[in-house]
Amino acid sequence: MNAQVGNQTSFWRKIHIDTSLLIGLLCLIGMGLFIIYSASGQNMDLLVRQGTRLGVALVVMFAVAQIPPTFYQRWAAPLFIIGCLLLLAVLFFGVVGKGAQRWLDIGITRIQPSEMMKLALPITLAWFIARKPLPPTIGYSVIGLALIMFPTLLIAKQPDLGTSLLIACSGLFVLFLAGLSWRLIGGFAVIGSALAPLIWYFYMHDYQKRRVLTFLNPESDPLGSGYHIIQSKIAIGSGGMWGKGWLKGTQSQLEFLPERHTDFIFSVFAEEFGWVGVLILLAIYMYIIARGMVIAIRAPDAFTKLLAGSITLTFFVYVFVNIGMVSGLLPVVGVPLPLVSYGGTSMVTLMAGFGILMAISTHRRFLRDN
Amino acid sequence: MLNWRRRVAIRDHLAEANLFARRAIVGLVCVVLACIILALNMRTLQVDKHQDYQTRADGNRIKVLPIPPNRGLIYDRFGRILAENTSFYSLEIIPEEVQDLDELLLQIQQLIALEDEVIEDFRRQVKQQRRKFKPVVVESRLTEEEAAIIAVNQHKMPGAYLEARLKRHYPYGELTTHALGYVAKINRRDADTLEMVGKKANYEGTFDIGKLGIERYYEDLLHGQVGYQEVEVNNRGRPIRTLSEQPPVPGQDLVLNLDIEMQKLARDQLGERRGAVVVLDAKNNGILALYSNPSYDPNLFVHGISSKNYKALLNNRSRPLINRATQGRYPPASTIKPHIGLLGLDEKLITTKTRIWDPGYYQIKDIEHKYRDWKSWGHGWVDIYRAIEESCDVYYYDLAVRLGMDKISEFMTRFGFGELTGIDIHEETSATMPSRDWKYGRFRQPWYAGDTVSIGIGQGYWTATPLQLATATSVLGNEGQYYEPKLLKATRTQTGELPIPAQDRRPVEIENERNWQIIKTAMQGVVEKPTGSGFAAFKGVNYEAAGKTGTAQVIAIAQDEEYDAEAIEEKYRDNALYVGFAPVAEPRISVAVIIENAGGGGKNAAPVARAMMDYYFQNYPFQEYPSQEFPSQNYSTQEYPETFQ
Repeated sequence: MNAQVGNQTSFWRKIHIDTSLLIGLLCLIGMGLFIIYSASGQNMDLLVRQGTRLGVALVVMFAVAQIPPTFYQRWAAPLFIIGCLLLLAVLFFGVVGKGAQRWLDIGITRIQPSEMMKLALPITLAWFIARKPLPPTIGYSVIGLALIMFPTLLIAKQPDLGTSLLIACSGLFVLFLAGLSWRLIGGFAVIGSALAPLIWYFYMHDYQKRRVLTFLNPESDPLGSGYHIIQSKIAIGSGGMWGKGWLKGTQSQLEFLPERHTDFIFSVFAEEFGWVGVLILLAIYMYIIARGMVIAIRAPDAFTKLLAGSITLTFFVYVFVNIGMVSGLLPVVGVPLPLVSYGGTSMVTLMAGFGILMAISTHRRFLRDN
Repeated sequence: MLNWRRRVAIRDHLAEANLFARRAIVGLVCVVLACIILALNMRTLQVDKHQDYQTRADGNRIKVLPIPPNRGLIYDRFGRILAENTSFYSLEIIPEEVQDLDELLLQIQQLIALEDEVIEDFRRQVKQQRRKFKPVVVESRLTEEEAAIIAVNQHKMPGAYLEARLKRHYPYGELTTHALGYVAKINRRDADTLEMVGKKANYEGTFDIGKLGIERYYEDLLHGQVGYQEVEVNNRGRPIRTLSEQPPVPGQDLVLNLDIEMQKLARDQLGERRGAVVVLDAKNNGILALYSNPSYDPNLFVHGISSKNYKALLNNRSRPLINRATQGRYPPASTIKPHIGLLGLDEKLITTKTRIWDPGYYQIKDIEHKYRDWKSWGHGWVDIYRAIEESCDVYYYDLAVRLGMDKISEFMTRFGFGELTGIDIHEETSATMPSRDWKYGRFRQPWYAGDTVSIGIGQGYWTATPLQLATATSVLGNEGQYYEPKLLKATRTQTGELPIPAQDRRPVEIENERNWQIIKTAMQGVVEKPTGSGFAAFKGVNYEAAGKTGTAQVIAIAQDEEYDAEAIEEKYRDNALYVGFAPVAEPRISVAVIIENAGGGGKNAAPVARAMMDYYFQNYPFQEYPSQEFPSQNYSTQEYPETFQ
């Protein structure tokens, strides 16, 4: 595997950067900055803040890439336990913000344990599943499922449906990639759909139910909760094939579009760059995901394969859920467009995830079996 | 650690890698499929339904805003401005943009003093508001200081706006009210009417409408044509930039026949007395002066009159709201004697030679009742000249009875009595020219000979407005030529004045043209002969005047009672009247004056008429009027003011 690595790339490999992945990420980040500038109404302050955050996130990615994957393997269990404890702490002592209890005040700053769990869960599950030969047995899979359910439910309780969905997915992807039998997958799907009405009645908050109802028929409440989706679809649809041009989207520039530099930034992009722009953006995402899967397939052992695969597929879930929700395919759950939406915490987590991917791609594992 | 290694050792890595690779590829295929779904959905939105969404996006962003036209200005005949548009700071609220209206109003009240009534009125308007996002005026006349206070605090009051609005202003105030009228806020009834006649769109963005007088009559000319501005708005409906503009067409400027100096003179002449003065340009019956006393300030109504002020006007015993010149129904009294005399001559019932004996009273054959002359001891032998000069009643009692009511009624109607004069304001009454049919219709009673007797001296059922009297006098002076009295002289355009042609009516034709001369000569005698009832008032005039005095009884006086002005309560005293024209041969001016409860017409009304005529002949010395050049600074087209935000 190492044979084809030439001298030119060896520098990047030494500093544990996967150049193919980096190019994809930088393309995305560059586009993101342009859209944010437009979506924020040409707010330079906001752009600078986002740029700073991106810088920090890139440094985090670089730092994480230096850590050999074996480190995570070793610390997986403690990481998970700490994460769960923090989530419990949030439930009891958390700080309320924007109607949800997501933050934990630890004196110096606020932390969001659910963000940490986004990485802690796949690491832990990959470690756990990789302990035994693949595919996992039924019993082992059920234990894995339980490991997924615990943090997922805690986060859903906050309530943060978007994050809990992403975390559940990251865990389920590990199980899936580990070769969970199709029959079991089918079984879980049946159980899941049976549980859905129960979740609806006993678990979901009113505002979440309303979102789902609005999703089913946005025109029923055009000035209330359906307003976001309708305005978003108008923005996207009016963009047409070639778009209205950068800074020229009327829906976004005239503020008809809500949340336009955060969750709904894709609508701004679609309005200003049209269907052609959308295809290019999707292509960049596909490139990053393809590269992630290549890294996963080439990874030296089960743990790194599962971890890399899960991180990559979860990244796509972000993309799919966000684009799906702004274009009316999915209900509105607060999931940002990864690496494009304005916002700090999730970006740092995402880049840390890519740092792990890079570490997996560049760290040699000498510990090999015969 | 050892344990862990051992377990790892028995794993089939190749199989696991293959399994993972298969699953990874399945995953990747799912990702690609999901991506295709997203892309196809986007295609549906952006390509297939693009037109639909494009339309909706434009509907979101493009609003059409009305630009109200500037109302036409009104000038007097010499270009002095009578109605102008001045800018006022107006505090307005767009209710849809306000979260808590009560709190906002409270906030405003803490900054500037607003009467409770103003607030109530505002709330009522908000409730009646039909068009969304239209500003509603709270107070339209802020002082500079109040405007500054609002401007400074505006950022704390979203939804409240300070706008510079053009408002009508009448610089001469009460002097022009009854002729010009005024504009005021468009109320619900106005809005309904506008909607019914399909003019609602033209009033988008306009707050005021003509309510009275010229302002109401020529509303369509003065208002102009609304313009539109296509603007891009943001999600709060605030305009961001203009896409296209259709400028408004300003209303037409009007030039009236009025001479404001003459209006002033009329007011000064009447002073505290209730009454009316009408002065016509006898050439075409253009109205030089039309003043009703007392009057009131029209500017009060422009900004919304408070109910206290309005009540005061309404309950004022002098009735300032009534336009006496066109709505006052007064017995014409002796002022119509020349007309009756003319009919008598033309019917050949009398000639210049005819004389009758006036013993001081008149009796219809076989009837006991005595109709008394104002001169209780009688005028003696009286011919048509003396009967007019000295205003002999008995002569006319006799003549009227001999003419009969039908002839009188028919003839007087041709002079405009009992008919609307056609003046260009809506506030007018036709008063009453009685007839057999009229009396039956009104009282279900036949016409008695006794009724005709008092008609002979312009009393009884006969009433006329001062404007009717002035018009009838003018027609007489012009020997039958009949023009409707009009306030509007011309409209003004960029290039100059566009005169409005005088509106003529069927002339009064008589059999013998010489009879005009006889009556006019008799009327000249009124002011020129020492025995004439107008002699004292017109002593020493340097033009040839003709006229007729009138003194109208307001209450019936019992058979043997003496009329004693001093002993009678003021409101029962006689009305003083005077009508006249000058010069006699070819009249250029005709005047009607009425003063309520003033007493004798010769003593009280004639001097007012003389003052008007004197002024006219001093200031209009030539046949051609003074230069019609207008001071140019008055005629600069006013720009619509920038909104003050």
